[in-house]
Amino acid sequence: MSHKVIVPIGPYHPLQEEPEFFRLYVEGEKVVDIDIIIGYNHRGIEKLSESKHFDQVAFLVERICGICSSSHPYAYVLAVEDILGGEAKVVPERALYIRTVVDELQRIHSHLLWLGLAGHFIGYNTVWMWAWKYREPVLDMFEMITGNRNNYAMFKVGGVRRDIKDEDIPVLHKTLDELVPALNMFKGAVMDDPVIRARLKRVGVLTKEQAIEWCVLGPTARASGVDIDIRRDEPYGVCDRLDWKVIIEKDGDIFAKTVVRILEMYESLRMIRQCLDAMPRGPIDADIKDVPAGEGIGRVEAPRGECLHYIKTDGTNRPIRHKIRAPSFMNVASDKVAAVGGTISDATITLAAVDPCYCCTERVVVLKKADNQKVMNGWDLIKLSQEKTEQLRKALGDARGK
Amino acid sequence: MDTKERIKERLKANIISWDEPFPRRIYFSVQPKDIFDTARFLFKELGLRFAIASGMETPQGFEILYHFSDDKTGIMYSVRVLIEDKQSPQIDAITPLFPGAEWIEREMWEMLGINFVGHPNLKRLLLSEDWPEGNYPLRHTT
Amino acid sequence: MDIRLKALTRSIWAFHVSAGSCNNCDIEILDCFTPRFDVERFGIQLIGSVRHADALVITGAMNRKSVPRMKKIYEQAPKPCVVVAVGQCALSRHMFRYSYNCDEPLDKILPVDVYIPGCPPKPEAMIAGIMKLVDKVRSHK
Repeated sequence: MSHKVIVPIGPYHPLQEEPEFFRLYVEGEKVVDIDIIIGYNHRGIEKLSESKHFDQVAFLVERICGICSSSHPYAYVLAVEDILGGEAKVVPERALYIRTVVDELQRIHSHLLWLGLAGHFIGYNTVWMWAWKYREPVLDMFEMITGNRNNYAMFKVGGVRRDIKDEDIPVLHKTLDELVPALNMFKGAVMDDPVIRARLKRVGVLTKEQAIEWCVLGPTARASGVDIDIRRDEPYGVCDRLDWKVIIEKDGDIFAKTVVRILEMYESLRMIRQCLDAMPRGPIDADIKDVPAGEGIGRVEAPRGECLHYIKTDGTNRPIRHKIRAPSFMNVASDKVAAVGGTISDATITLAAVDPCYCCTERVVVLKKADNQKVMNGWDLIKLSQEKTEQLRKALGDARGK
Repeated sequence: MDTKERIKERLKANIISWDEPFPRRIYFSVQPKDIFDTARFLFKELGLRFAIASGMETPQGFEILYHFSDDKTGIMYSVRVLIEDKQSPQIDAITPLFPGAEWIEREMWEMLGINFVGHPNLKRLLLSEDWPEGNYPLRHTT
Repeated sequence: MDIRLKALTRSIWAFHVSAGSCNNCDIEILDCFTPRFDVERFGIQLIGSVRHADALVITGAMNRKSVPRMKKIYEQAPKPCVVVAVGQCALSRHMFRYSYNCDEPLDKILPVDVYIPGCPPKPEAMIAGIMKLVDKVRSHK
């Protein structure tokens, strides 16, 4: 039977915080094609950058995306410091440690955020509430260090803007200690739950070959066995001085992506602790006044993958070209192969599994018009997804509640 | 032979200039007509990862940098091409080699007006449907 | 002001619209519904369909592609409906004021009832803003 049904998701759905338009073409229960339409968040930042001076650009790029709020300014200042000879040469020691602390704290908050949303999509609303509840202490730590829960204004060319006070360090350690039982709870709740295994294993698979062809990044790539992590491949901050490991999974399904993110949070916790213990005294800012003509590339491992900024300068106080590439630009395009072949009830979680940060990328999904149209909205799709989990739970005879 | 040597050897005929301004940053120029061959060698044979491409308008023409990452060493190889024809700029698309390049070529097309010959899906990515034709936001002379 | 709107201040059903935002404000709005802030105890709920909305919570820098969709949503919302502008971008487009893709600020497009400034506004600020709106509606003769 070839009865094509368009299932639009978006552009406005309560739990997809950024508007994007996915058009799914289905035949029966199976997704046969997908159109991705983006452009709803395009604010012309690359062009605006050319009219701001180097200090101002850091504030501008911070607002590319709220979740990876420190990745973009970090990649940007690394690009400018590239022109000056490299971060290690320009930036004082203490600032390197502070940069790594902020970067890794951001990874924890971002993964917890994703965990919550993913939990909601498959019907585990308690996971959502608990994940976001445990995000709050992380945001408190941010407020203690930077003065704000989001948008930290920490990065500047040559250093950081604020220092971590000595009296705050024991408080940070204590908050991190309190986070460990929560992470253990999530790990147990997700990795040992037979219903979640049944729900997420072999769903939304991206093979290793596909991951390489589509040039995907971050946990999306590492869950498919592609061993890339900028923190190890081209270290920045103090990543090469700390003891941590890259988490790789082989299966490429959503379960693998979830496991990668959960285990990465443990690694980030370890890295932050090591930084707080090893931080030397000293200045936090090299007070850079001029940037010579040249071009530079800066990359950091954002929670979603490699975030790359390219800057070209001509000796004046503004960039003449600023190219911004957020990781989701590559990751979301791969939905084309990950979602196709699956069922409609798996569509929402598959699309969410790359942890799309639409404001970073501008994902657009274009819908094609089909002949017989039975349109379902995004709300119905989430319900379908949650119903599938319920059916699996009954089938497994699991009497546990959510 | 390490990666750098292999590139210099195999692409000898294509490379116009070679610059290593900093450790882990290599910029080399090729003619626009050689980009498909260059990209194929870097991606398919050497297994470098395509990170992104960045286009800009310069007084001499449209310059595009294709950034490839060698994850084993952390070195970025950026291939520079200069399209001198500013009236109707065009270059071969590299999307037929790997789908990961599709979106960025579409973006450069709509932002700079460069035609990517052989691109399977050259249509607007970011700009709205009612954005005026012929208005390329990243050009300096619009 | 409409008697219906006054009655609705006891239980505001909010529908969230993002017109080109960086997502920070959107996440902080969602944060209001999580255990620490829990606005549901004030009767405020986030709903999935604009047809039941009492309040439209709008964020974003008024990106050219999003504005027509936002206007359509406003038309679909049953009146009376209050419009809450959350975040600096919704107030004035913030640093995207001179962008080629952000033409007009929100209050030139839709009638705004409450402005909640911040980048992003903290959940406490949003709750305070909503309470001000409730007072404004209730005190209106």
